[in-house]
Amino acid sequence: MRMKNRYQAIVIGASAGGTIALQKILPFLPAEFPMPVIIAQHLHPLQDGAAIIHYNGGGALIVKDADEKESLHAGFVYFAPPNYHLLIEDDHTFSLSVDAKVHYTRPSVDVLFESAADAYGTGLIGIILSGANQDGADGLLRIKQKGGLTVVQDPQDAEVSYMPQTAIETARPDHILTADEICKFLIELTLQRVP
Amino acid sequence: MNSDDIEKIELELFLEAIHYRYGYDFRHYARASVRRRVRHILGKTGCKNVSDLIPLLIHDEQFATKAIYDFSITVTEMFRDPDFYRAVRQGVVPYLKTFPFIKIWVAGCATGEEVYSLAILLQEEGLYNRAKIYATDFNDTALKKASDGIYPLKDVQQYTSNYQKSGGACSFSDYYHAEYNSAIMDQSLKSNITFSNHNLVTEGSFSEVQVIFCRNVLIYFDRSLQNWVFNTFANSLSRSGFLCLGTKETLEFSAIYDQFKVIDAQERIYQKKI
Ligand SMILES: C[S@@+](CC[C@H](N)C(=O)[O-])C[C@H]1O[C@@H](n2cnc3c(N)ncnc32)[C@H](O)[C@@H]1O
Repeated sequence: MRMKNRYQAIVIGASAGGTIALQKILPFLPAEFPMPVIIAQHLHPLQDGAAIIHYNGGGALIVKDADEKESLHAGFVYFAPPNYHLLIEDDHTFSLSVDAKVHYTRPSVDVLFESAADAYGTGLIGIILSGANQDGADGLLRIKQKGGLTVVQDPQDAEVSYMPQTAIETARPDHILTADEICKFLIELTLQRVP
Repeated sequence: MNSDDIEKIELELFLEAIHYRYGYDFRHYARASVRRRVRHILGKTGCKNVSDLIPLLIHDEQFATKAIYDFSITVTEMFRDPDFYRAVRQGVVPYLKTFPFIKIWVAGCATGEEVYSLAILLQEEGLYNRAKIYATDFNDTALKKASDGIYPLKDVQQYTSNYQKSGGACSFSDYYHAEYNSAIMDQSLKSNITFSNHNLVTEGSFSEVQVIFCRNVLIYFDRSLQNWVFNTFANSLSRSGFLCLGTKETLEFSAIYDQFKVIDAQERIYQKKI
Protein backbone atom coordinates (compact mmCIF):
# COMPACT_ATOMS: atom_id res chain seq x y z
CA MET A 1 0.00 0.00 0.00
CA ARG A 2 1.22 3.50 -0.77
CA MET A 3 1.50 5.90 2.09
CA LYS A 4 0.09 9.33 1.49
CA ASN A 5 2.83 11.94 1.42
CA ARG A 6 2.63 13.82 4.72
CA TYR A 7 4.79 16.74 3.63
CA GLN A 8 3.42 20.06 2.45
CA ALA A 9 6.43 22.27 1.80
CA ILE A 10 10.22 22.31 1.47
CA VAL A 11 12.43 25.14 2.66
CA ILE A 12 16.04 25.38 1.56
CA GLY A 13 18.83 27.55 2.93
CA ALA A 14 21.89 28.16 0.81
CA SER A 15 24.86 30.52 0.77
CA ALA A 16 28.29 30.44 -0.82
CA GLY A 17 28.45 27.46 -3.17
CA GLY A 18 24.73 26.90 -2.81
CA THR A 19 24.05 27.59 -6.46
CA ILE A 20 26.06 24.56 -7.51
CA ALA A 21 24.08 22.34 -5.15
CA LEU A 22 20.77 23.84 -6.22
CA GLN A 23 21.61 23.11 -9.84
CA LYS A 24 21.86 19.44 -8.93
CA ILE A 25 18.40 19.50 -7.40
CA LEU A 26 15.97 22.01 -8.88
CA PRO A 27 16.15 21.10 -12.59
CA PHE A 28 15.40 17.46 -11.78
CA LEU A 29 12.24 17.92 -9.78
CA PRO A 30 9.31 16.83 -11.95
CA ALA A 31 6.32 18.98 -12.87
CA GLU A 32 4.08 16.91 -10.61
CA PHE A 33 6.29 17.56 -7.59
CA PRO A 34 3.57 17.87 -4.99
CA MET A 35 4.68 20.82 -2.87
CA PRO A 36 6.18 24.30 -3.08
CA VAL A 37 9.93 24.80 -2.64
CA ILE A 38 10.98 27.98 -0.86
CA ILE A 39 14.59 29.13 -0.87
CA ALA A 40 16.52 31.71 1.11
CA GLN A 41 19.87 32.19 -0.56
CA HIS A 42 22.32 34.84 0.54
CA LEU A 43 22.67 36.89 -2.57
CA HIS A 44 24.35 40.18 -2.90
CA PRO A 45 21.65 42.78 -3.59
CA LEU A 46 23.30 43.65 -6.90
CA GLN A 47 22.61 40.16 -8.10
CA ASP A 48 18.92 40.92 -8.10
CA GLY A 49 17.19 38.36 -10.23
CA ALA A 50 20.36 36.40 -10.83
CA ALA A 51 19.07 33.31 -9.10
CA ILE A 52 15.97 33.30 -11.20
CA ILE A 53 17.75 33.80 -14.48
CA HIS A 54 20.07 31.07 -13.41
CA TYR A 55 17.60 28.31 -12.90
CA ASN A 56 14.76 29.01 -15.25
CA GLY A 57 14.74 26.76 -18.24
CA GLY A 58 16.45 24.06 -16.24
CA GLY A 59 13.46 22.33 -14.80
CA ALA A 60 9.77 21.65 -14.88
CA LEU A 61 8.98 23.91 -11.95
CA ILE A 62 8.34 27.62 -12.25
CA VAL A 63 11.00 29.69 -10.51
CA LYS A 64 10.14 33.16 -9.20
CA ASP A 65 10.78 35.69 -6.47
CA ALA A 66 8.24 35.46 -3.67
CA ASP A 67 5.77 38.34 -3.54
CA GLU A 68 4.27 39.55 -0.30
CA LYS A 69 0.80 38.06 0.44
CA GLU A 70 1.27 35.55 -2.38
CA SER A 71 -0.15 32.07 -1.66
CA LEU A 72 2.25 29.14 -1.87
CA HIS A 73 1.52 26.50 -4.49
CA ALA A 74 2.98 23.22 -5.68
CA GLY A 75 4.75 23.56 -9.01
CA PHE A 76 6.66 26.65 -7.93
CA VAL A 77 10.09 27.40 -6.58
CA TYR A 78 10.10 30.68 -4.66
CA PHE A 79 13.21 32.68 -3.86
CA ALA A 80 13.46 35.28 -1.12
CA PRO A 81 13.95 38.59 -2.94
CA PRO A 82 17.36 40.20 -2.32
CA ASN A 83 17.40 42.55 0.65
CA TYR A 84 14.18 41.24 2.22
CA HIS A 85 13.56 38.60 4.83
CA LEU A 86 10.99 36.08 3.66
CA LEU A 87 8.47 34.70 6.13
CA ILE A 88 5.60 32.24 5.79
CA GLU A 89 2.33 33.02 7.53
CA ASP A 90 0.10 30.39 9.13
CA ASP A 91 -2.33 30.71 6.22
CA HIS A 92 0.49 29.71 3.86
CA THR A 93 1.04 33.09 2.28
CA PHE A 94 4.31 35.01 2.15
CA SER A 95 5.33 38.07 4.14
CA LEU A 96 8.39 40.18 3.48
CA SER A 97 10.23 42.32 5.99
CA VAL A 98 13.17 44.69 6.04
CA ASP A 99 13.98 43.93 9.68
CA ALA A 100 17.63 44.15 10.68
CA LYS A 101 19.97 41.61 9.16
CA VAL A 102 20.36 38.28 10.95
CA HIS A 103 23.86 36.78 10.91
CA TYR A 104 24.86 39.75 8.72
CA THR A 105 22.42 38.76 6.06
CA ARG A 106 19.01 39.58 4.65
CA PRO A 107 17.35 37.33 3.57
CA SER A 108 18.16 35.11 6.51
CA VAL A 109 17.63 31.36 6.44
CA ASP A 110 16.78 31.33 10.16
CA VAL A 111 13.97 33.82 9.68
CA LEU A 112 12.45 31.77 6.84
CA PHE A 113 12.87 28.44 8.61
CA GLU A 114 11.45 29.59 11.93
CA SER A 115 8.32 31.01 10.38
CA ALA A 116 7.95 27.97 8.11
CA ALA A 117 8.24 25.65 11.12
CA ASP A 118 5.38 27.55 12.77
CA ALA A 119 3.27 27.44 9.63
CA TYR A 120 3.82 23.81 8.62
CA GLY A 121 5.00 21.93 11.73
CA THR A 122 5.36 18.23 10.95
CA GLY A 123 4.53 18.88 7.30
CA LEU A 124 7.81 20.67 6.61
CA ILE A 125 11.10 19.52 5.13
CA GLY A 126 14.12 21.74 5.85
CA ILE A 127 17.36 21.51 3.90
CA ILE A 128 20.69 23.26 4.47
CA LEU A 129 23.15 23.44 1.59
CA SER A 130 26.64 24.82 1.10
CA GLY A 131 27.69 28.10 2.75
CA ALA A 132 30.15 29.99 4.91
CA ASN A 133 27.63 31.34 7.40
CA GLN A 134 26.09 29.91 10.56
CA ASP A 135 22.69 31.16 9.43
CA GLY A 136 20.15 28.34 9.18
CA ALA A 137 21.43 26.13 12.00
CA ASP A 138 18.96 27.48 14.58
CA GLY A 139 16.16 27.46 12.04
CA LEU A 140 16.81 23.85 11.17
CA LEU A 141 16.77 22.93 14.85
CA ARG A 142 13.43 24.66 15.13
CA ILE A 143 12.05 22.60 12.25
CA LYS A 144 13.24 19.45 13.97
CA GLN A 145 11.70 20.44 17.29
CA LYS A 146 8.39 20.99 15.56
CA GLY A 147 8.47 17.51 14.10
CA GLY A 148 9.57 18.40 10.57
CA LEU A 149 12.11 16.46 8.53
CA THR A 150 15.66 17.81 8.44
CA VAL A 151 18.30 17.26 5.78
CA VAL A 152 21.80 18.71 5.44
CA GLN A 153 24.16 18.51 2.51
CA ASP A 154 27.17 16.37 3.29
CA PRO A 155 29.93 18.87 4.15
CA GLN A 156 32.31 16.81 1.99
CA ASP A 157 30.02 17.31 -0.97
CA ALA A 158 29.46 21.01 -0.29
CA GLU A 159 31.52 23.67 -2.00
CA VAL A 160 31.82 25.42 1.38
CA SER A 161 31.37 23.15 4.36
CA TYR A 162 30.87 25.60 7.24
CA MET A 163 27.12 26.09 6.97
CA PRO A 164 26.26 22.39 6.66
CA GLN A 165 28.75 21.53 9.39
CA THR A 166 27.24 24.06 11.80
CA ALA A 167 23.74 22.90 10.99
CA ILE A 168 24.74 19.28 11.64
CA GLU A 169 26.24 20.14 15.01
CA THR A 170 23.32 22.31 16.07
CA ALA A 171 20.36 20.40 14.73
CA ARG A 172 21.50 16.76 14.45
CA PRO A 173 19.53 16.35 11.22
CA ASP A 174 17.64 13.24 10.13
CA HIS A 175 19.70 12.86 6.96
CA ILE A 176 23.11 13.94 5.70
CA LEU A 177 23.26 13.49 1.92
CA THR A 178 25.08 14.72 -1.17
CA ALA A 179 23.22 17.15 -3.40
CA ASP A 180 22.48 14.40 -5.92
CA GLU A 181 21.17 12.18 -3.17
CA ILE A 182 18.99 14.96 -1.79
CA CYS A 183 17.33 15.25 -5.17
CA LYS A 184 16.63 11.50 -5.41
CA PHE A 185 15.52 11.42 -1.81
CA LEU A 186 12.96 14.18 -2.30
CA ILE A 187 11.45 12.52 -5.33
CA GLU A 188 11.23 9.14 -3.66
CA LEU A 189 9.85 10.54 -0.47
CA THR A 190 7.16 12.71 -1.93
CA LEU A 191 6.19 10.81 -5.06
CA GLN A 192 6.95 7.35 -3.71
CA ARG A 193 8.78 6.42 -6.83
CA VAL A 194 12.31 5.96 -7.97
CA PRO A 195 13.46 8.91 -10.06
CA MET B 1 -4.59 22.15 22.35
CA ASN B 2 -0.88 22.11 21.52
CA SER B 3 1.67 24.71 22.58
CA ASP B 4 1.52 26.47 19.21
CA ASP B 5 -2.20 27.06 19.50
CA ILE B 6 -1.74 28.31 23.03
CA GLU B 7 0.99 30.70 21.94
CA LYS B 8 -1.32 32.05 19.25
CA ILE B 9 -3.91 32.89 21.87
CA GLU B 10 -1.29 34.52 24.06
CA LEU B 11 -0.17 36.63 21.12
CA GLU B 12 -3.70 37.84 20.50
CA LEU B 13 -4.03 38.77 24.17
CA PHE B 14 -0.69 40.56 24.11
CA LEU B 15 -1.76 42.69 21.14
CA GLU B 16 -5.15 43.37 22.73
CA ALA B 17 -3.41 44.46 25.91
CA ILE B 18 -1.27 46.99 24.02
CA HIS B 19 -4.35 48.24 22.25
CA TYR B 20 -6.54 48.62 25.35
CA ARG B 21 -3.87 50.09 27.54
CA TYR B 22 -1.98 52.33 25.12
CA GLY B 23 -4.12 52.70 22.00
CA TYR B 24 -1.52 51.31 19.60
CA ASP B 25 -3.12 48.78 17.31
CA PHE B 26 -0.88 46.04 15.95
CA ARG B 27 -3.66 43.50 15.62
CA HIS B 28 -3.58 43.67 11.83
CA TYR B 29 0.16 43.58 11.41
CA ALA B 30 1.50 40.56 9.49
CA ARG B 31 1.56 37.86 12.13
CA ALA B 32 4.77 36.00 11.39
CA SER B 33 6.81 39.18 11.89
CA VAL B 34 4.93 40.17 15.04
CA ARG B 35 5.44 36.72 16.50
CA ARG B 36 9.13 36.92 15.79
CA ARG B 37 9.40 40.24 17.55
CA VAL B 38 7.36 39.18 20.56
CA ARG B 39 9.54 36.09 20.97
CA HIS B 40 12.53 38.38 20.79
CA ILE B 41 11.10 40.54 23.60
CA LEU B 42 10.32 37.37 25.55
CA GLY B 43 13.90 36.20 25.18
CA LYS B 44 15.22 39.47 26.59
CA THR B 45 12.99 39.40 29.70
CA GLY B 46 13.64 35.86 30.83
CA CYS B 47 9.89 35.22 31.04
CA LYS B 48 8.66 31.80 29.97
CA ASN B 49 5.40 32.49 28.20
CA VAL B 50 4.14 35.33 26.04
CA SER B 51 1.27 35.80 28.49
CA ASP B 52 3.81 36.53 31.26
CA LEU B 53 4.61 39.72 29.39
CA ILE B 54 1.09 41.08 29.74
CA PRO B 55 1.30 42.23 33.38
CA LEU B 56 4.61 43.90 32.57
CA LEU B 57 3.08 45.57 29.58
CA ILE B 58 0.17 46.91 31.56
CA HIS B 59 2.01 48.13 34.66
CA ASP B 60 5.49 49.02 33.46
CA GLU B 61 5.24 51.92 31.05
CA GLN B 62 8.91 51.92 30.28
CA PHE B 63 8.76 48.28 29.28
CA ALA B 64 5.66 48.98 27.20
CA THR B 65 7.26 51.88 25.36
CA LYS B 66 10.22 49.72 24.47
CA ALA B 67 7.96 46.89 23.34
CA ILE B 68 5.86 49.22 21.21
CA TYR B 69 8.92 50.72 19.58
CA ASP B 70 10.16 47.20 18.99
CA PHE B 71 7.24 46.79 16.61
CA SER B 72 8.47 49.79 14.71
CA ILE B 73 11.22 48.49 12.49
CA THR B 74 13.15 51.63 11.68
CA VAL B 75 15.71 50.04 9.37
CA THR B 76 16.27 52.51 6.53
CA GLU B 77 18.93 54.21 4.43
CA MET B 78 19.56 57.21 2.17
CA PHE B 79 18.49 56.70 -1.43
CA ARG B 80 17.33 53.16 -0.64
CA ASP B 81 16.66 51.51 -4.01
CA PRO B 82 18.51 54.08 -6.17
CA ASP B 83 16.46 53.09 -9.23
CA PHE B 84 13.34 54.24 -7.44
CA TYR B 85 14.74 57.77 -7.09
CA ARG B 86 15.77 57.69 -10.72
CA ALA B 87 12.20 56.81 -11.61
CA VAL B 88 10.90 59.69 -9.48
CA ARG B 89 13.16 62.09 -11.34
CA GLN B 90 11.95 60.76 -14.65
CA GLY B 91 8.29 60.02 -14.03
CA VAL B 92 7.16 62.37 -11.27
CA VAL B 93 9.35 65.47 -11.30
CA PRO B 94 8.18 66.67 -14.75
CA TYR B 95 4.60 66.85 -13.42
CA LEU B 96 5.68 68.51 -10.19
CA LYS B 97 7.38 71.23 -12.22
CA THR B 98 3.96 72.25 -13.47
CA PHE B 99 2.49 72.55 -9.96
CA PRO B 100 2.70 75.96 -8.25
CA PHE B 101 3.05 74.43 -4.81
CA ILE B 102 3.88 70.88 -3.74
CA LYS B 103 2.86 69.23 -0.51
CA ILE B 104 4.52 65.90 0.13
CA TRP B 105 3.66 63.38 2.82
CA VAL B 106 6.34 60.86 3.77
CA ALA B 107 4.45 58.30 5.87
CA GLY B 108 6.55 55.98 8.03
CA CYS B 109 9.70 58.07 7.68
CA ALA B 110 11.59 56.21 10.44
CA THR B 111 14.85 58.02 11.23
CA GLY B 112 14.57 60.39 8.28
CA GLU B 113 17.12 59.18 5.73
CA GLU B 114 14.43 58.89 3.08
CA VAL B 115 13.18 62.41 3.80
CA TYR B 116 16.62 63.95 3.33
CA SER B 117 17.08 61.95 0.15
CA LEU B 118 13.87 63.42 -1.16
CA ALA B 119 14.88 66.92 -0.06
CA ILE B 120 18.16 66.57 -1.96
CA LEU B 121 16.35 65.41 -5.07
CA LEU B 122 13.93 68.34 -4.89
CA GLN B 123 16.77 70.83 -4.44
CA GLU B 124 18.59 69.47 -7.46
CA GLU B 125 15.43 69.66 -9.53
CA GLY B 126 14.80 73.24 -8.44
CA LEU B 127 11.59 72.31 -6.67
CA TYR B 128 12.54 72.55 -3.03
CA ASN B 129 11.46 76.14 -2.53
CA ARG B 130 7.90 75.39 -3.58
CA ALA B 131 7.73 72.19 -1.58
CA LYS B 132 6.61 71.42 1.92
CA ILE B 133 7.42 67.96 3.26
CA TYR B 134 5.35 66.45 6.07
CA ALA B 135 7.29 63.51 7.44
CA THR B 136 5.44 61.30 9.89
CA ASP B 137 5.91 58.16 11.96
CA PHE B 138 4.39 56.81 15.18
CA ASN B 139 7.78 56.32 16.76
CA ASP B 140 8.89 59.50 18.59
CA THR B 141 12.40 58.22 19.17
CA ALA B 142 12.85 57.74 15.44
CA LEU B 143 11.27 61.15 14.73
CA LYS B 144 13.73 62.83 17.06
CA LYS B 145 16.65 61.30 15.17
CA ALA B 146 15.02 62.30 11.92
CA SER B 147 14.70 65.94 12.91
CA ASP B 148 18.27 65.98 14.27
CA GLY B 149 19.49 64.73 10.91
CA ILE B 150 22.73 63.34 12.29
CA TYR B 151 23.87 59.98 10.98
CA PRO B 152 26.82 57.66 11.53
CA LEU B 153 29.70 58.65 9.28
CA LYS B 154 30.43 54.98 8.60
CA ASP B 155 27.21 54.73 6.55
CA VAL B 156 28.12 57.63 4.26
CA GLN B 157 30.10 55.54 1.83
CA GLN B 158 27.05 53.42 1.09
CA TYR B 159 24.85 56.52 0.88
CA THR B 160 27.23 58.20 -1.53
CA SER B 161 27.15 55.19 -3.77
CA ASN B 162 23.35 55.03 -3.61
CA TYR B 163 23.15 58.74 -4.35
CA GLN B 164 25.32 58.39 -7.44
CA LYS B 165 23.30 55.45 -8.73
CA SER B 166 20.09 57.37 -8.14
CA GLY B 167 21.08 59.96 -10.71
CA GLY B 168 22.35 62.60 -8.29
CA ALA B 169 23.54 65.72 -10.08
CA CYS B 170 26.15 66.93 -7.59
CA SER B 171 28.30 65.33 -4.94
CA PHE B 172 26.73 63.76 -1.86
CA SER B 173 29.33 65.52 0.28
CA ASP B 174 27.66 68.84 -0.63
CA TYR B 175 24.78 67.88 1.64
CA TYR B 176 26.41 67.13 4.97
CA HIS B 177 29.42 68.06 7.02
CA ALA B 178 31.41 65.58 9.07
CA GLU B 179 32.01 66.04 12.77
CA TYR B 180 33.80 63.31 14.72
CA ASN B 181 31.96 60.15 13.68
CA SER B 182 28.85 61.86 12.44
CA ALA B 183 27.49 63.25 9.22
CA ILE B 184 25.33 66.27 9.96
CA MET B 185 22.80 67.00 7.27
CA ASP B 186 22.84 70.47 5.79
CA GLN B 187 20.52 73.00 7.42
CA SER B 188 19.19 74.13 4.03
CA LEU B 189 17.61 70.72 3.55
CA LYS B 190 15.55 71.10 6.69
CA SER B 191 13.79 74.41 6.19
CA ASN B 192 10.75 72.98 4.44
CA ILE B 193 10.42 69.73 6.37
CA THR B 194 8.04 69.21 9.28
CA PHE B 195 8.40 66.06 11.35
CA SER B 196 5.38 64.96 13.32
CA ASN B 197 3.76 62.00 15.00
CA HIS B 198 1.03 60.30 13.02
CA ASN B 199 -0.24 56.75 13.27
CA LEU B 200 -1.46 55.28 9.99
CA VAL B 201 -3.68 52.76 11.74
CA THR B 202 -5.50 54.97 14.16
CA GLU B 203 -5.44 58.39 12.54
CA GLY B 204 -7.08 59.74 9.43
CA SER B 205 -6.06 61.39 6.23
CA PHE B 206 -3.97 64.44 5.49
CA SER B 207 -5.40 67.28 3.49
CA GLU B 208 -4.71 67.50 -0.24
CA VAL B 209 -1.13 66.46 -0.78
CA GLN B 210 0.42 66.10 -4.23
CA VAL B 211 2.81 63.27 -3.39
CA ILE B 212 2.80 60.45 -0.85
CA PHE B 213 5.85 58.35 -0.11
CA CYS B 214 5.03 55.29 1.95
CA ARG B 215 7.77 52.77 1.47
CA ASN B 216 8.43 49.54 3.31
CA VAL B 217 5.68 50.14 5.81
CA LEU B 218 2.78 48.32 4.17
CA ILE B 219 4.69 45.02 3.94
CA TYR B 220 4.19 44.83 7.71
CA PHE B 221 0.40 45.07 7.44
CA ASP B 222 -2.18 42.42 6.57
CA ARG B 223 -4.43 42.88 3.54
CA SER B 224 -7.30 44.48 5.42
CA LEU B 225 -5.04 47.03 7.07
CA GLN B 226 -3.28 47.71 3.77
CA ASN B 227 -6.64 48.51 2.23
CA TRP B 228 -7.54 50.76 5.10
CA VAL B 229 -4.31 52.71 4.66
CA PHE B 230 -4.71 52.83 0.88
CA ASN B 231 -8.06 54.49 1.43
CA THR B 232 -6.44 57.06 3.67
CA PHE B 233 -3.95 57.74 0.88
CA ALA B 234 -6.60 58.00 -1.82
CA ASN B 235 -8.44 60.53 0.35
CA SER B 236 -5.30 62.52 1.06
CA LEU B 237 -4.06 62.87 -2.50
CA SER B 238 -5.11 65.69 -4.73
CA ARG B 239 -6.13 64.91 -8.30
CA SER B 240 -3.10 63.84 -10.37
CA GLY B 241 -1.24 63.24 -7.11
CA PHE B 242 1.41 60.53 -6.87
CA LEU B 243 1.64 57.51 -4.61
CA CYS B 244 5.09 55.96 -4.26
CA LEU B 245 5.37 52.58 -2.57
CA GLY B 246 8.28 50.29 -1.71
CA THR B 247 9.69 48.04 -4.41
CA LYS B 248 7.84 45.03 -3.01
CA GLU B 249 4.56 46.75 -2.32
CA THR B 250 1.76 47.03 -4.83
CA LEU B 251 -1.54 48.77 -5.32
CA GLU B 252 -2.64 46.08 -7.73
CA PHE B 253 -4.82 44.02 -5.40
CA SER B 254 -6.32 46.96 -3.53
CA ALA B 255 -9.79 48.41 -3.71
CA ILE B 256 -8.45 51.77 -4.91
CA TYR B 257 -6.47 50.41 -7.85
CA ASP B 258 -9.05 51.68 -10.36
CA GLN B 259 -8.57 55.25 -9.17
CA PHE B 260 -4.93 55.21 -10.19
CA LYS B 261 -2.80 54.79 -13.25
CA VAL B 262 0.59 53.14 -13.22
CA ILE B 263 3.52 55.49 -13.81
CA ASP B 264 6.28 52.96 -13.16
CA ALA B 265 5.27 49.35 -12.54
CA GLN B 266 8.70 48.19 -11.43
CA GLU B 267 9.26 51.04 -8.98
CA ARG B 268 5.64 51.05 -7.80
CA ILE B 269 4.78 54.63 -8.66
CA TYR B 270 1.10 55.43 -9.21
CA GLN B 271 -0.82 58.56 -10.14
CA LYS B 272 -4.35 59.35 -9.08
CA LYS B 273 -6.64 59.81 -12.04
CA ILE B 274 -8.31 63.14 -12.61
C1 LIG C 1 11.15 49.81 7.65
S1 LIG C 1 10.77 51.45 8.09
C2 LIG C 1 10.69 52.24 6.52
C3 LIG C 1 11.43 53.54 6.48
C4 LIG C 1 11.49 54.24 5.13
N1 LIG C 1 10.17 54.58 4.66
C5 LIG C 1 12.23 53.41 4.13
O1 LIG C 1 11.61 52.85 3.22
O2 LIG C 1 13.45 53.31 4.23
C6 LIG C 1 9.08 51.34 8.62
C7 LIG C 1 8.61 52.52 9.44
O3 LIG C 1 7.17 52.51 9.48
C8 LIG C 1 6.76 52.96 10.72
N2 LIG C 1 5.40 52.50 11.00
C9 LIG C 1 4.98 51.24 11.24
N3 LIG C 1 3.67 51.23 11.53
C10 LIG C 1 3.26 52.52 11.49
C11 LIG C 1 2.02 53.17 11.73
N4 LIG C 1 0.94 52.46 12.08
N5 LIG C 1 1.95 54.51 11.59
C12 LIG C 1 3.05 55.23 11.23
N6 LIG C 1 4.25 54.68 11.02
C13 LIG C 1 4.35 53.34 11.14
C14 LIG C 1 7.77 52.38 11.68
O4 LIG C 1 7.78 53.10 12.90
C15 LIG C 1 9.06 52.51 10.88
O5 LIG C 1 9.73 53.69 11.18
